[in-house]
Amino acid sequence: MTMYVMRRLFMLIPVLLGVSFLTFAIAQITPGDPVVLMLGNYATSERVTELREQLGLDDPFLVQYARYVWNAMHGDLGKSIRGQTLVLDEIVARFPSTLELTMSAMLFAVIGGVSAGVVAATTRRRWVDGMTMVIALVGLSVPSFWLAIILIIIFGINLGWVSVTGGEGIKDLILPSFCLGVGPAAVLARLTRSSILEVVREDYVRTARAKGLSERVVTLRHVLRNALVPVVTLIGLQFASLLGGTVFIESVFARPGLGRFAVNAITARDFPQIQGVVLFAATIYVLFNLSIDLLYGFLDPRIRYD
Amino acid sequence: MKVERDSQVLLETPGKDGWRQVAGESQWQIAWRMLRRNPVAMFGLVGLLLLILITILSPLLAPCNPTEIDYNHPLEPPSGVHKWGTDDLGRDILSRVLWGGRESLRVAIVGIAIAMGGGTVVGLISGYYGGWVDNLIQRLVEIMLAFPTILLLLSIVAALGPSLGTVLVALGISSIPGYSRLVRGSVLAAKNFEYVTAARVIGATHRGIMVRHILPNIVAPIIVYSTLGLGSSIILTAGLSYIGLGAQPPSPEWGAMLNYGRRYLRDAWWMSIFPGLAIFFAVLCVNLLGDGLRDALDPKLRV
Repeated sequence: MTMYVMRRLFMLIPVLLGVSFLTFAIAQITPGDPVVLMLGNYATSERVTELREQLGLDDPFLVQYARYVWNAMHGDLGKSIRGQTLVLDEIVARFPSTLELTMSAMLFAVIGGVSAGVVAATTRRRWVDGMTMVIALVGLSVPSFWLAIILIIIFGINLGWVSVTGGEGIKDLILPSFCLGVGPAAVLARLTRSSILEVVREDYVRTARAKGLSERVVTLRHVLRNALVPVVTLIGLQFASLLGGTVFIESVFARPGLGRFAVNAITARDFPQIQGVVLFAATIYVLFNLSIDLLYGFLDPRIRYD
Repeated sequence: MKVERDSQVLLETPGKDGWRQVAGESQWQIAWRMLRRNPVAMFGLVGLLLLILITILSPLLAPCNPTEIDYNHPLEPPSGVHKWGTDDLGRDILSRVLWGGRESLRVAIVGIAIAMGGGTVVGLISGYYGGWVDNLIQRLVEIMLAFPTILLLLSIVAALGPSLGTVLVALGISSIPGYSRLVRGSVLAAKNFEYVTAARVIGATHRGIMVRHILPNIVAPIIVYSTLGLGSSIILTAGLSYIGLGAQPPSPEWGAMLNYGRRYLRDAWWMSIFPGLAIFFAVLCVNLLGDGLRDALDPKLRV
C-alpha cells in the first residue's frame, strides 16, 4: 500500500513536468513581448533590453524552462506581468472560494446523482425510473451557465432571495453549486443505475438472496457496494468537469475564485498567471484522482495495490 | 459507407434487381434498424437534422437581418412582430438565434471533426505499429489526459487570443488525445484478426491494411464517441464565447448572445433565455441520438 502510494506519487513528476512544459512552450511561441506588455508601448529600447536581461528572457528556451521548474519547486511561480504580484499568492488567495464551490457541487452531485440512480434502478414502478432518467438527460444537456442565468432571473431578480452580484455567504453558495453540480449529478445517476442493473444479475447476489437475507441487506451490502466501484472512478473523472465548470460558473455569479482568475489572466494575456493557475489546477486534479484510486480498496477488497 | 459494401459482398449474391440480400444484414443495417425502432433516438436525429437544415436556410427563414439596428424598437418583449423580442439595439432575437447556429454548430462540428481525424490518425499509427512509436505517443497522451481538457483548451486560447477560430482549433487539438486512446484500443484488438493477417499475406502495404482493413472495422466506436462528444463541444463553444474568450460581438453566436444579454437580465430576460434554449435543444438532440447510436452500434461502451 505504502509502496503503491509512493509509486503513484512518483508518477506525478512526469505528468506535472509535461503540463508545465506544455504551458511554458505555448507562452513562448505566442507573439507579443512580455517586457513590452510590462513596460507599455512607450518604453525606451534600452529599458526593454535591460529588463529582458534582468528577467533572463534572452537565455535559451530550455534554460528558461529549467529555471521556471526549479523556482516552481520552491514555491515561486513568478510574478504577474501586470501589477507584479506573486502568482502563487494570488492563487492561494483565490483557492478557498473555488474549493468551497467545487466541494459543495461535488457533494450535491454525489448525493443527488447516486441516490437518483439507486431510486431509478430499484424502483419497480417504471414511470419513476423513466422520469428520473429524463431529468438526468435534461441535466446532462443543459449548459450550466444558462441554467445559472435562469435561476438568477427567478431567484435573484424576481424573488430577491439571493444576491445577484455575488455574495460570500452560505446562501449564495446554493445556486452556484447546484448549477455546477447538475451535469456531474446526471452523469453519476445514469452510471449508478446501469451499474446496479448489471450487478443484480451477478451470482453472488442470487446467493445472498438464496441465503435468505432481507432485500435491504442484499441491496445495501451486496448490490450497492459492488455497483459503486465504477461510480467512484467516474466521481474522480467528474472532478475535471467541476474544475472546468468553475470557469463559467464563477463568471456568472461573480465569485472571486480561480476560474475567474484564469479567464481574466487569459484576457490580459498574463502568461505567468496562466501557467501558474494551469499547473496548480493540474496538481489538484492529479492528487484528487490519486485519493480516489485509494478509495477502491475500501469498496472492493478484491482490488490490491501491488 | 465503405464497410457496408465490403461486408455485403460476402453475404449477398446479385439478383435480378441489382444486389439482393441473401444471408444476412451488415452491421450498419442492423444498427439502422435498431435506431429506427428507438423513438427517442429518432427524435434526436430528426431534431438535429432539422436544426442543421434551419441553420443552413437561416438567410431565407430569418424574419429580419440579424445585425440590422433599429433604434425605434429597443428591448421589446416578444410580440407578434418580433416573436422572441429585440435586444438593446433593436435587433431581432429570433433572427439572431437562427443565424447564430451557423457559428455555434459549425465550430462544434468542425472541432469534433478535427479531433476525430487527428485522433484516428494518431491512434491508428500508435496501435498498428506498436513498439517505441506506440510507447512515445502513449506517454504523451497520458500526460495530456492527466489534466482536465479545459486547462489545455484555455492554454491554447491564451496563446492564440480569443476568437471563434481559436476555439475551433483549441477544441479540436485538446480532444485528440481522448480519440487516439479510443482508436488505439480498437486497433489493438482488430489487428490480430485473421482478415488482417490475410491482407498481410497477400502483400498489402501497411497503409493499405490500416485504411482498408482496420479502419472500417473500428468506425462504430468512433462514431458513438464523436456524437456524444459533440454535445459537450457545443456547450464548450458557447461557454467560451459566454466568458468572452470565443466569438466577439456583434456576432450572433449563441454564447456571445448570452454574454451580451447579461447586462439586461433585469429588463430583458428574452435576450438570455432564447439563445440558451437553442444551445440546450441542440445538445439534447445530440445526446438523444448519441445514446441511441451507442445502444445500436456498441453496447459495450455503455456508461
